[in-house]
Formats: sequence, C-alpha cells, structure tokens
Amino acid sequence: MPGTQTNSGIADLLASKEMIIVCGSGGVGKTTIAASLAAEAAVRIGGRVLVLTVDPARRLANALGLQAFGNSETQIPLDAFAGAGVTPRGELWAAMLDTKAGWDELIARHAPDDVLRDTVLANPLYQNITGRFVQSHDYIAMERLHEIHASGRYDLVIIDTPPSRNALDILDSPGRMMEFFGSRLLRWLTVPYRSRLFTAASKPFYQVADRVLGSRFLQDIAEFFVLFQTMEKGFVERAREVERLLSDPRTAFLVVSTLEAAPAYEAAYLAEALRERRLPLGGMVLNRTMPSALREPAAEKAAAQLRKAAQTGSLAADLSSVLEADPQVVRGVLTEVADRFHDIAMVAAREAERRSELERLAPFTVAAPSLDHDINDLHSLLQLGDHLWS
Amino acid sequence: MHLLNRQLLFVTGKGGVGKTTVAAAIAQLAAQHGRRTLVCEMDAKGALAAAFDCSPFPYQPRQIDSNLFGMAMNTEDSLREYLKLFVRIPFVGRIGPLARTFDFVADAAPGVKEILAIGKLCYEVRERHYDLVVVDAEASGHIVSQIGAPRVISELVQVGLVREQTAWMLDILEDPERTGLITVTTPEEMPVNETIELLDRVRERTKVDLAGVVVNRVLPALFGTREMAVFDQLSTPAAQGLMTRAAGRSVTAVVDAARMNEARRRVGSGHLERLRGAVPADTPMLYIPELFTRAVGRRVVSQIVDALSDELI
Repeated sequence: MPGTQTNSGIADLLASKEMIIVCGSGGVGKTTIAASLAAEAAVRIGGRVLVLTVDPARRLANALGLQAFGNSETQIPLDAFAGAGVTPRGELWAAMLDTKAGWDELIARHAPDDVLRDTVLANPLYQNITGRFVQSHDYIAMERLHEIHASGRYDLVIIDTPPSRNALDILDSPGRMMEFFGSRLLRWLTVPYRSRLFTAASKPFYQVADRVLGSRFLQDIAEFFVLFQTMEKGFVERAREVERLLSDPRTAFLVVSTLEAAPAYEAAYLAEALRERRLPLGGMVLNRTMPSALREPAAEKAAAQLRKAAQTGSLAADLSSVLEADPQVVRGVLTEVADRFHDIAMVAAREAERRSELERLAPFTVAAPSLDHDINDLHSLLQLGDHLWS
Repeated sequence: MHLLNRQLLFVTGKGGVGKTTVAAAIAQLAAQHGRRTLVCEMDAKGALAAAFDCSPFPYQPRQIDSNLFGMAMNTEDSLREYLKLFVRIPFVGRIGPLARTFDFVADAAPGVKEILAIGKLCYEVRERHYDLVVVDAEASGHIVSQIGAPRVISELVQVGLVREQTAWMLDILEDPERTGLITVTTPEEMPVNETIELLDRVRERTKVDLAGVVVNRVLPALFGTREMAVFDQLSTPAAQGLMTRAAGRSVTAVVDAARMNEARRRVGSGHLERLRGAVPADTPMLYIPELFTRAVGRRVVSQIVDALSDELI
C-alpha cells in the first residue's frame, strides 16, 4: 500500500493493539526487535508490557538487566532503566517460552484426573512428542499468548515466535490441533487395539503397521491416543479460542526481516499468507539496513573522483602531511576505499530493490540500521527502539 | 579432497546463511571431479532446484548435469518404495489412503517420518547407485531429529522390521569414512551461536561425524595495520576537508561505506574466533568470501564452487 507509510507506524501499532506477534525468518533479529519494542512501549506508552521470548539467550536476559529469566514472568528492574538514563511510564516484564513445561501444563489442565495426567506424562511417546515434535512449539507459543492475554495482567504482550521449519506453521497450528482430534485416524487408532477387536476398515492398516513397526510400538501409540482422546473436548475448545486470537482485532502481526535474499523471500511469503488468511499484518520491520546515501549517484561519482585524486592529484601527499603518514600508504588506503565502494554500494542497491518489493506488501515498513556493535544492554535496546519509533 | 571422498554428506545451517547454495556447490564440485553425485532437497520448497536454475525436482532423481542428479524428498513416495522393496506388500498402487494414514501416525510418532527420509538416502548409498549423495538437509534447529531418527527409533521400537532396518542405516550414518555432516554459517552472532549449539547437540545425541564447517559471506579485510591507522584518521576534520575538496561532499558516503565494511568484518571476526574455539581442531573450516554480486542461481553456485575448490583442492 504505497502512500500509507507513516513515520509513526510502530508507535500507532503498539498503542492500538494488545498482542503483537513478531514473526519472520530465523536470524533476522526477531528476539532483539521484540525486546526493544517492548522496552520502548514501556518507556513511551506506559502500562504493563510483557515480552514473551523463545530465545533462551542469556545475552538478552542480561540486556534486560536480569541474571536470566525462565518460564515465569519477571519484571525488569527500574534501575536498569535508570542506568539507561530513562524513566519509563510503565512496567516492562519478560518471560521465556518453555515448550515442555507448556505441554505439561496443558495436560494438567485438560486431564480429567490425576492418574490419567500422570499416565500421559509418563508415556514414552508423549515425552518424545513434546520435546521433538516441531510444530508443537508453535501451538504452545500461541496457547501461552492466549493464556497471558486472557489473564488481563498486561496492556500489551509482544511475542517472539519460535523459529519454524515453515513460517506458516504458527498460523496453522491451532487448526492442526483441532484436525488432529477430529481425524478419522485418531478414531482408528483408538479402536481398542489390544483387545484385537478390529473393525473391518482398520484391519489391513494394522497388519501392515504391525509388520513395519512392531506391535509393542503400536501399543504405545494406541495407548497414547486413547489417553489423548479423553482430553479431546478441552483441547479442541481451547484450540478454537487460540485460533480466534489470531484474527482478534486486538492482535497484529509484525513481520521482521533483513534485506538479504532468503529472509526477504520468507517475509514476502509470510505477508502473502497472512493476507490469504485474512489475518492482520500490522507492519514490517526491516532490520540491519544499509544507509541510503550509499545508493546516491553523487556517492558513486565521489568514489571515482577520490580514486583519481589519490592516483594523480596531490590528495595523497596533502593528506600524508596532515596525518603524518607515509604518502604511499595513504594512496593505497584511498584507492582501496574508492575501489571497495562499488561492492558495498552493490549490496545496498540489492537491498533497496528488495525493500521496495516488501514495502508493497505491508501497511508500513520501518527500517533499523545495521549496527556495528552487538546489543548487550537496555540502553542499546532502547537506541534500536528509538530508530524504529522515529 | 577428503570431504568429497565420503558417500553421504548432510549440509545444514541456520535459515538464510546460504545452506542450499553451499549444498548445491558441493554437489557440483564433486560432479566436476568425476563423482557420480545425487543432490537431494529435504523440504521440497524448490530452493535447491532454483539454485541450479531448474524447475522443482521430482522424487525420482533427474539428471541435471554431467554426473549430477537431483531429487526432492517425499516421505509418502519413500514409504511406497519401502513397502515395495522391503515388506513386499502387493498392490502398492492401492495403498494411497494407507500412506496418508501412515503419514499421520508418522507426524505423531517421532522419528518415523524422518527415518523414511533418511532410509531412502542410506539406501541409495548402500546400493551404490551414486558415489556421493549430498543432502540439502533440515535447518540446524531440526537436523539432529533428522539424522538422529534411526537411533531414536531403534531405542523406541523393540521389534519389527523397522528396528532391523535401523541397524544397517546406523552402520552407514555412524561411519565417518562414509557419512559426514557439514554445517554452514555466516560470521554473524546468531548463526555462530546456533552452530556452536548444534555441534554440542550432534555430539550428544548422534554419532554422525562432523565433516566440516563452512563459513559463508566472509567480508574481505580492506587494510593491514598501517593502513588501518591511516584509515581511522580519515574522519578527522582536517582529512575530511581535504577529501571533500578533491572529490566532493559525497566522499563521506564513500568513506562510511568502507568503515561499515570494516566494522562488520571486525564484529564478524570476533564471532569467527568463538566459532574456531568450538570446532574440533581436526575438523576443516572452509571460508567463502562475500561475493558482492547480484547474480542468483547457477552463477552464484559456480562462484561458490570456485571458492570451495580453492579451499578443498
């Protein structure tokens, strides 16, 4: 939507929504962006702001002034803000997403009794699924967001989504959960397998499965599904609520990307997918962008002139007397600077093309510069936030 | 050329670091050296085929160059093939619904889907259909579940055909003469962190050998120490004045560009130091320079082939 770009895009978005789902390819700085936006919202907008992250990075915890943070919600101490030279209007909280603990809580909530709960928790298949089943992270993330939002404890929750095999998994995870319980397969599998009362329809399946997998494994599977089915109602209702959350008017998605090829491709794909599903794309953050001055024709011309001045003019000699350096070395440096410009400008041009492609897909885009240092304290998180804000 | 003498190479890395391009280049390099090579895309998104400027690969390998074949993994096709070859199920054509059902069990039962994929790759190696199979594998977050699947299964499943099957797969996967894992990273913080974590997990949960670490998009160093001292002073007002007079006001952008390159490179070499500390001394590290190119597809692959062959051969 060209023409609708505003500088206040991020500010408006955070002020008008209650849940921001930050998504995008791995490695683009999602976690940092989510944390810096949450810090910025706490400082500028106020209220209680929570950043829910999947990244166990100790560095981010340190940046927020914490030793570490776990599954429980922790408030960022006010002295951390004082250290960064600001007085926040509101409170900043942080929590980490622990998939295994999330699953265990779900089972505890939906299990009809303690015996059944403990049987599920001890089932070898359950233990494997919760630890390794890739898509389960996505569902747990959305589930946790729902729970926290429903608690009413926060004015704004910013969630940093897990790195997915596929960026769409997060959108489809509640639907998959419902599909799983509604599937015919689940019914087949929960036919009392051990009593050998096969229906005609499921018989060939078991014969093959038995030869391939071995009956012991099949029994584990069957037991697991029988147990799971007792929790169907709770799970399905909950998944439906979680799914509604995605399209809630108080929710917005924020896609984060760099302007490198792979992340930008993923971001475009994600923006399209949101549109197809009629889910609200709030905006896009383009992280680690290069300055636009690199793409101006004047800069290219200056590079050519610099090269010429270094080779044939008196520039190298003049500079060498000012800098008290060997004129040969100065000439070499100037030539290298001029020669290298073309390469770096090429990267900047490549990025600019991708940027204009992405700008067509989002209500607004905002760029964060490429920083030449790592973000390791609240001060630098807020500096990044300032860039996004203005 | 130890790396290319293996028979099965899994190439992994964090999303966006160039894993697919590097996998394509390794396969291309092997093929150019006369090794009959199969390159396999695991996630069927078509990125590997795109690296060769091809339309998406089918499950049945298709020749894409001399000595070079491409395929895309598909667990349903793999199951079908498996049932036909090993279980000798008749009427394979009629198992469509069964395969879908199986697919669902595979989703829930960990490792089953992965083992169908790994099984197909190991089968190609065992039958010696190719000298080398290069796998554009799952991203680093999931690779351990993939290559570790036969071990998980052999622990979970006590009896049955699958358990027997895992034995020969493990023989191939855990033999460093035959199988190796290559991780691709860039000299950036998150990719390096993820690589270091991955190396630990691979060691803890699998017995697959680490064949090499590829560092992609390494920025060139522009200056030596003496040059750097001069460059640092170019931002002083006196130097700025002289340069502006000689090359116009936009010369600042030119100097800034070089400074940005240097700053990025310096941060990057710090991360590379950390990475080197975590990689075993006998594991080769291969460096691919930033290409500063607008090209995509085959041209990029061939440039990376050149860079890799400088390092490998």
